[in-house]
Amino acid sequence: MDTTLRDLNLRVELSVQAGRTLAIVGPSGAGKTSVLRAVAGLMRPREGRVSCAGRTWFDTAAGVDEPPEVRRCGYVFQDYALFGHMSAWRNVAYGLRDVPRSERHAASTALLGRFGLAGLADARPATLSGGERQRLALARALASGPRALLLDEPLSALDASTRARSVRELRSLAEEAAVPAVLVTHDFEEASALADEVAVIEDGRIVQQGDPDSLAAEPASAFVADLTGSVVLTGRASAGAGGVTEVALDGGGIASSTDAAAPTGQVAVAVHPWEVALEPADAAVEGSPRNRLPATVRSVTAVGNRVRVGLDAGQPLVAEVTPAAREELGLRPGARVTAVWKASATRIVSRGDG
Amino acid sequence: MSRRWFPAVLVAALVLAVAFLTLPIAAIFLEAGPGELLDSLGDDQAIDALRLSLITTSIALAIILLVGTPAAYLLATRSFRGRDAVTTLVELPLVVPPAVAGIGLLAAFGPSGLLGGAVEDAGVRLVFETAGVIVALVFVASPFYVRQAQAAFQAVDPTWLGASRTLGASEARTFARVAIPAAAPGLAAGMALAWGRALGEFGATLVFAGSFQGVTQTAPLAIVELFGSDFDAALALSAVLVAVSAALLATVKLFTRGRERRGAGVAGLA
Repeated sequence: MDTTLRDLNLRVELSVQAGRTLAIVGPSGAGKTSVLRAVAGLMRPREGRVSCAGRTWFDTAAGVDEPPEVRRCGYVFQDYALFGHMSAWRNVAYGLRDVPRSERHAASTALLGRFGLAGLADARPATLSGGERQRLALARALASGPRALLLDEPLSALDASTRARSVRELRSLAEEAAVPAVLVTHDFEEASALADEVAVIEDGRIVQQGDPDSLAAEPASAFVADLTGSVVLTGRASAGAGGVTEVALDGGGIASSTDAAAPTGQVAVAVHPWEVALEPADAAVEGSPRNRLPATVRSVTAVGNRVRVGLDAGQPLVAEVTPAAREELGLRPGARVTAVWKASATRIVSRGDG
Repeated sequence: MSRRWFPAVLVAALVLAVAFLTLPIAAIFLEAGPGELLDSLGDDQAIDALRLSLITTSIALAIILLVGTPAAYLLATRSFRGRDAVTTLVELPLVVPPAVAGIGLLAAFGPSGLLGGAVEDAGVRLVFETAGVIVALVFVASPFYVRQAQAAFQAVDPTWLGASRTLGASEARTFARVAIPAAAPGLAAGMALAWGRALGEFGATLVFAGSFQGVTQTAPLAIVELFGSDFDAALALSAVLVAVSAALLATVKLFTRGRERRGAGVAGLA
């Protein structure tokens, strides 16, 4: 699938292979949902081209604009858009127009069974749980053999316990359907869990695209770094000794990076929270890490088997440590510590506006 | 003075309003005893009037639904230049005095009216004819339906319509299978309102179609004529109209309450 859209603030070019999933990640208002709507034919871009499996759906240059019912995208809307006046099986049967009328009930109930909704065929959508509603929306979208799968914030309406299950289901369904899948989300973790490839959209432009790991490892801008969960500090870069770049941080202190600062001057420094270690404030300087910032603990939050420590080091900083370290260092709001991390774990990225 | 004087004023105002609004209705039933009521309904004029009212309002309602439903859907789901102006034009008959509506209908479709020649060429006679009653009813009652239908369609989640399209349904099928069922309670409420208005219509019909027994004399017109000669018959016919109107109002309430429970709004009654 190859998409070029142009709207006042939207210009993207993306392609997805059949059986693969592309995630478009960005903040609300970045134009993510508009991309899906344009692909499905629910919105007409001012200019551009959309094609799928060799067939052109939309092309302003050639004057092609297929209606949504001809494109037949399996679209799972953010709020699922299940028909409230129809029972679950009728929602599924709605898309089964190629199936003879007498066989639709059987076909729909069979599909509901596959989606773990057996016994709920006659239930109204309003009576279903969030996870059930999502599976019903998926069953409905996939029932009629869609040519592409479009998912809008597929996990946002689910509670944490349903998410893990949903991730597994969505991945296997997308592979099984063997059609290109595009999902949009504001959550990078959601994108990396579900997609083979991630495109980051900012102000209607794709600013970086690649597999989730490479985006997290090599963010192209402060915006992408922030989105992928890195801590971002701003400062002014200059060439230091031995090919190391030194950044005078805006909040005081200096951070070193093994990255070459392509444009020296105003830059952002990105580091993953799990690369940041904490030492007592009065610890002797020892070991190799080059970056040492005195900081005050602002918050301490347990996240699974880790502890996220919010710090004020002139600029906000986050470190992830073990529960044992929390005890040893006596981490609580107000405690003084030193944040330490290696220059080689420090990325220098362009500042951007994000 | 006690600090509780204001709640007392509120209660007094409500009691006064309820008494004033229900007394005439109650009086109709109190004055017309059950026996007299049945006797009077045996009257030819009353029977003719009720039958004509039933036929003309039903046909008028069918026309209103057939044209008003798609028109309201267009107004509700598409934004175009001048939409607000069009909406206002459609609602205009709500505030036009019925007698003025009758004059307007004569000026438009009467023998010497704007389209009078065209109507005559088509072999249709409206003035002093049953068809004219239907035209008058459609004119005065359709805004009640269109307004309500527009609000009902606006309350349908637009992503439902999009979802229907991506599932292979054309615009027409989406309208028939998703929009209309989803808006059904609001449409039904609009139907009841329009029917109630048509049933009570008097002024426009009198001016445009006249009051001839069995041809253009609907129940309200018959009531006015009987009032001069047979007050008991007028009372009896009034009682029937009150009963039917009350049933329609109850229907509206039933459907609107159903909608509110689902969190969808209903346009206020004009």
